[in-house]
Formats: sequence, structure tokens, C-alpha cells
Amino acid sequence: MATTPNKPATGKSSQKGFVYLPLIAGWLVPGAGHFLVGKWVRGLLLAASIIAMFALGLAMQGKLYTSTQDILDMLCVAGDLGSGLLYFVGRMLGLGPDPVQTTLADYGTKFIVVAGLLNVIAAVDAHNLRTGRKS
Amino acid sequence: MFRPSHFASVILFALFASTVFGITMRDTPRGMVRYGIYCFVLFVGSAIVLSWVMFLIAR
Repeated sequence: MATTPNKPATGKSSQKGFVYLPLIAGWLVPGAGHFLVGKWVRGLLLAASIIAMFALGLAMQGKLYTSTQDILDMLCVAGDLGSGLLYFVGRMLGLGPDPVQTTLADYGTKFIVVAGLLNVIAAVDAHNLRTGRKS
Repeated sequence: MFRPSHFASVILFALFASTVFGITMRDTPRGMVRYGIYCFVLFVGSAIVLSWVMFLIAR
């Protein structure tokens, strides 16, 4: 059976400008990629979810990973970096420096890592909206 | 310091993750809401089921 190949949409969002801008903006600031492609409600919901998850992780005394000596720590640093500016601002303010000592702090650490991973998904979604792969 | 219970942590995690999954994995608003609810139920449901399994194993 013949299938129709996926064609990019030909809306105005897929015609001009730097195509990776929503991807980069969405990574740096949660929801910003969706704002750039005019998806305000989606952007607000994504920003609220990701920023709240990151902030609650810190409030639960979660750790912001800095060490890259252990392979598992490297993966967690990669996850944390997904939060973009939130991670760098947190590091500059000296947040999340303590080693994890309680169960709740471990949950908080996972909240922070997962917030970064979710932000990467959101940024890729903004890129797909920009290229017309998704509507 | 924010000190939610373990179950409240599960609810918060499921809520935020499901919101992002719903928005990014579906195209229509209706599909987003349905998929978000589906993910939320799976997150919380699997946490409850696994908790009972571990409780029964530990007895």
C-alpha cells in the first residue's frame, strides 16, 4: 500500500528566519520556544510545569550536579543542563550544593534532573512546530 | 524547606511530567488533555501498585 510521505507544513512559521531559534530559546528558557512560534498557552503550561518542578526540587534540598568524575554524575549533569538558564542561575546563586542525605532530598534531585529532561523534550517540540513537522 | 509526603511527591511529579508529555506528544488540545490524563493515571497507578508489591515482598 502506498503511503504519503510527511510533508512539512507551509505556514508562515516554516518559511523564514533562523529555524533553530525556538530550539535554542526553548532550551535556555522553558516555554520560550513555544512563545516564539505563537503557542502562548502551551508555552505557559510548559514553563509553569518545568520551572515549578525545578524550583520544588531545590526547595526539597535537591542537589545541582557539578562533578563529572563519575559516569552516573555525568549523566545527571547532562540532565541538569537541560534546564538551560535555570541551571546556570542556580549554580551562580549557590543553590543545591549539599550532598543528598535524606530521601526527600533524593526526590528533589530527581525532580531537578527530570525538569531538565522535560525541558529538552519541550524545546524539541518547539523546533518541530517551527519546521512544520507538528501543528 | 518544602517537605511533601512521599505520595504528594508522586502526585507532583506525575502532574508536571504528564503536562509536558501531553503537550508535546499530541497535536490537538483534546488529544493533549486525554494523553496527559492517561500518563498521570499511569504514573500514579504504577507507583501505587509497585508500592504494594514491595510491601508484600518485604513482609
